[in-house]
Parts: sequence; C-alpha cells; structure tokens
Amino acid sequence: MVPRLRLAWLVVPVLGVCGQALAQEGEGATVPLSAPTGVELIDRPNDDGKALMLLWDVMPYDAEGVVYRVEVAAGEAPFRETASLAWQGGSRFLSSEQKWPFWAWRKDDRRHLHVLTSFQAEEPDAAQAGGSRLVEKSLEPLTRYRVRLTVLRGEDSAWAGPLDAVPVGNLFNRVKLHNLIYTLLFSGIILVYIARARRRELFLRRIPGLDAVEEAIGRGTEMGRPIYFLTGRYDIGEPSTMAAITILGEVAKKVALYDTRLKVPHTYPMVMAVSQEVVKEAYIEAGRPDAFSEEINFFVTDDQFSYAAAVEGMMVRERPAACFYMGYYFAESLLMAETGAETGAIQVAGTDADHQLPFFVTACDYTLIGEELYAASAYLSRKPVLVGTLRGQDAAKAILMAAILAGTALATLGAAAGWSPATLGYVLDAFRDFGG
Amino acid sequence: MSAEVVWTWVAAGLTLSMFSFLYRDNPFFKLGEHLYVGVTVGYMLTVTWFEYLHPKLWLPLVVGTETGHDWSLLVPAFFGLLVLTRFVPSLAWLSRWSFALLVGFGAGVSIPRYISSNILSQVEGTVVPLWAGHWGAAVTTGVILVGVISTLVYFFFSVEHRGAIRVVSRVGVYFLMVSFGASFGATVMGRNALLFGRFYDLVDFAGARYYHATLVLLAVMVVSLAVWARWAGRGGGSEAPQA
Repeated sequence: MVPRLRLAWLVVPVLGVCGQALAQEGEGATVPLSAPTGVELIDRPNDDGKALMLLWDVMPYDAEGVVYRVEVAAGEAPFRETASLAWQGGSRFLSSEQKWPFWAWRKDDRRHLHVLTSFQAEEPDAAQAGGSRLVEKSLEPLTRYRVRLTVLRGEDSAWAGPLDAVPVGNLFNRVKLHNLIYTLLFSGIILVYIARARRRELFLRRIPGLDAVEEAIGRGTEMGRPIYFLTGRYDIGEPSTMAAITILGEVAKKVALYDTRLKVPHTYPMVMAVSQEVVKEAYIEAGRPDAFSEEINFFVTDDQFSYAAAVEGMMVRERPAACFYMGYYFAESLLMAETGAETGAIQVAGTDADHQLPFFVTACDYTLIGEELYAASAYLSRKPVLVGTLRGQDAAKAILMAAILAGTALATLGAAAGWSPATLGYVLDAFRDFGG
Repeated sequence: MSAEVVWTWVAAGLTLSMFSFLYRDNPFFKLGEHLYVGVTVGYMLTVTWFEYLHPKLWLPLVVGTETGHDWSLLVPAFFGLLVLTRFVPSLAWLSRWSFALLVGFGAGVSIPRYISSNILSQVEGTVVPLWAGHWGAAVTTGVILVGVISTLVYFFFSVEHRGAIRVVSRVGVYFLMVSFGASFGATVMGRNALLFGRFYDLVDFAGARYYHATLVLLAVMVVSLAVWARWAGRGGGSEAPQA
C-alpha cells in the first residue's frame, strides 16, 4: 500500500474521534449559563391533590454536566433541596416522558418536567434537646408551596423563581377517560343483550364441566354422603365470589330436590351470611323449605391454612360424594383438591385464579377455567339477566379481538413506515393502561 | 429449661402433628387442626378489635380525637350493626341492606380495576409491532398474538365450537395447558422450598440445644399412632382408620 494511503487510514479515524469529542465538549459548554426560562409551577391535574408539576424550557446549554436543583418550601419556611436532576445517560426529564394519554397531557419535547410529591421539612429532634432534623414529607392538598429552580454546571449557577402554587384534588381523572368509555360501552352492550334475552331464548354453548354437577349430586344421593361446596377465599365484594354464590344457589336447588346433604364451610362471615340467604331461597324455590337448615353454611376461620386443614379434616372424616370448589383460591387449592381426590369424591372446580387452575385441572374431574366460572351461573340458571350478560361479554370480547388485530396492524404499519411514537400514540393510547 | 426450648417443642410437635396427616386422619392431626383453627379465630377477633373497631370506629366516634367526633362514621356503624339483625329472625331482612351495600360497592370498585388490569393491560401488551427488525422478537410477538386471539375464541359461549372455531379454540386450549404446565412447575418448586424450610427447622430442633425435640416427639408419635391404629382397628375408636 502506498505510504500516504496508510497514513490516511490512520489519520482519518483519529481526526474523526477527536472531532466527535470536541463536538460533544462543545455541546452546552460554550453556551453560557443563564436562568431557566418558561418556568411554570402548576397543580398536577387528575390526582388527589398531593402533587405539583414544575415545567421549564429545554435550554441551549443542556448537556452532560448540567444539573437542575429543585428546592421546595412549605409556606414561609426556608427552601430545602428536594431533587437534583442530572442531564446524563438517557435521563432528559422531558414533558413528553409523562406517561399520560394524549387527551390528558400535551407531550412536548421542548419542555422539561419534574413532578413534586414530597419535600424536606425541618422538625424538632426528640433524641436531641433543642436540635432539629430533616424529614421527608408528602405534599398536602390546599397548602401553598414555593419552589426555586437552580441550574448548576461546575462552579456556575443561575436560578429562576421562586414560584408558588397550591395542589388541589380533582374529582375527575381524565387519564382514565377511556376506562369510563369502555365501561359505558360494555355496560350498554350487556344491557342490550339482557333486553334481548328477556324477549327470546339466547343460545349458549354446552359447558362440559357443568354437566357433571347433576351427576355429582345424584352420586351423593345414591351414596348417602354429603356434598361440599366451597365459595373461595375472597370476600363478598369480589365478582368471583358472587359467581360462586350464584352457582351455590343452583346447586342448592338440585340438592334440595334430591334430598341430599349440603355442607358449605366458609372463611368470611359476610359470604356466609349471603350464602345462607341464597341457599334458603333455593330450598324454597325447590319446594323444600322444610329441608333447609342454618347448619348448611358454617364458619370455620378466616385464616388460609387453618381453614384448609379444617376442611381437609372434615373431608377425610365424612368422605363427601362430591366437592365443588368455586370462586377464587390461593395456595390452599391443591391441599383441598388433593384431599378431596383421596376421598374418592367427584370434584368440580371453577376459578379465575390462573395460578391455581393447574392444580384444579390436575386434581379435579372437571374444571371451569377462568370465565367459564361466570358462564356457569348463566348456563345453570338460564336467567335472562345472566344469559344476556354472558352474551354481552362475548360481544365485548369480539370488539376487543378486533381492536387487538387492528392495533397490531397499525403498530406494524407505523413501525415499517417510521411513524414517531407520538403519532402512534394518537391511536394506541386508547388501548393502554395508565395505572393509578 | 428456657421458654425458647418449650416453644421449640411446641413448634416441633405441631409440625409433626400436621405432617401425620400423610399417614391418615389421627388424633395428633385433629389436635393440631383444632388448635390451629381456634388460635386463628381468636387472633382474628383480637385483630378486628385492635386494628379496626377500636382505632377506626370507637376512638374517632365515641371517644373523639383532637378534631372532635367524626359523626360520619355513624353511617358505616349503622350498616355494620344491621348485619347483627340476623340473630333476630323477624328483623333478619334488614341485614340485606348491608349486603346490598357491600356487593354494590364491591362491583363498582372492581369494574374499573378489571377494565384496567384485565383488558387494557392485556391489550397493551399484545398490541406491538409484529416486526421490529429482529426475527426472535417477531416470533415471540406472533406467538403472543395467536395465543391471545385463540384463547379468547375458546371463551366464546355464544357459538358452538365447530369447524374453524373449533380448530382455533383447540389452539387456545393448547396455549392454556402450556401456561398451566409452566405455572404448575414454578409453584411446585416454590412449595418444595417451603417444605425444605420446615425440614431444616425440624433438623435444627433435633439438636442437643433443644434436647432432641424432633427425635423424641417423632418417636412418641410413631409409638402412639401404632398403639392407636391397633386399638382403633379392634373397634375401640369411634372412627376406624381406613386404608
């Protein structure tokens, strides 16, 4: 190779590296530090009134080595440093990084944002007579706070403020507007289907696990052994518990007709009280109020494993003909289902506890998986309200499937066409969960 | 003998009593079971008073705080007392007001939470570009999409699972079973860890420091169970052990 050419191989990369380093050093370093502009302190919208938002412009000197210091004071107290925001790595604390949908927040790459939720306050120190200590306190609603923003680079500094604002709670959280729209939409669909179900009978496909219910109760009658029904480990307000109690009502009707013994051990007093009402009504509907006993439902304990131990003990002593496990379960699921299997009982489980489903699938004869638990009550009772709700849920699922497919297609198209995240956000924000 | 040693013997004895269920239902298990249930109910009552009723109802409503009496607590107290009307048959219907309030409140609180966690989070996790410049990621995204759609189809109750629907729903069932298998394995490993933790304690309790609690209690229990099984087998017990 010609020596000049070899020299060029060496010089060009070295110059390139040096130029890049100089350029990086030049970023911001040559721009003199000045007070941040466009500084605003506002109440954070869509919250419970315990946060403020500090916004300011992206400055020409923003670069590695620049630090923004945020100082906060409650009322007339002295300023205390609350946050130190260093411009390093991927951290840019931009307004566009706020995880809110486009309809609740205008994302802006030219503005910085820092959310203030706490501050440092001085308090008398109980351990030291006359002394004081700094404690971190949360911002409180309807309290005036002052904020000062200082920018630092080496020995240089400049500041803006102080500004003041009062955090205020909001009645409406616009971040969750889509949640409300979905609730209204799905509720509307369900109401339409309930109205249809009242006019004519709607089709529901056969759920194999539920065909076993009658078989299990019949078996209990033949063997003269009791039937156990468990309503899960959640309290009354949870949908899975409500579904379990609805199924209990239908099972109780059949039990009353067959004149079989039913036992429902409970872990929550309120669930027990509601179950007593439901079972009583079931016996009356079945035309057997004389067969009803308050002893059918009984309280054991609210502790998870002592409840499991007690139910297991009862199972091995009474050897039930059938066991129903409906509702939500935790780690006790396998303990009880395994013991039930050991006693030779027909077992039917139904839960939306996805971590416990494998154990029920393993140890039970039939398992209602997830939503089948909710479908079961409609399938068994054929009540228009329940059937209509189930059909409405199917329609909602169809909408969601279409949304998933359309959203995926759009996201793929956007990625291929090089759309910006902001552009994609206008479509995909509607399908995102923005938490709290 | 220190209190620590005494409680160690109690712990070892109760642990072995509960493990004795592996043999069959027996008096040791019954003792452990009844003690366990009784202790937890007593504990629950204590916790209910000291954690809820006393600090959150009695103190602010009856005794009063720095800011005076919180009369708004009369509303929940009233509905709470209505539950007790179940003890009076002629007034028992009043307890339904409390149940209605609880169920309505529970459903109202649950619905937005369900939409957030069960619908939006799921959709958000699924709606991603199928191709992001990497084959591995593309395959993963595709599998997730197929899994979600086919599993959703399985949970359709409005249509009979025939033809194409049946094929897709079967794919959904396979996805469910694979996920159950993974979950089963992971949980069983976790349960084994708990079991080993208990074994470590028993081994520790078997040491001279605790006067060989585990070994002594195990020997006593085995001999007692052998005698009990023989006695019950001759019809001496109310419940004969069943093989």
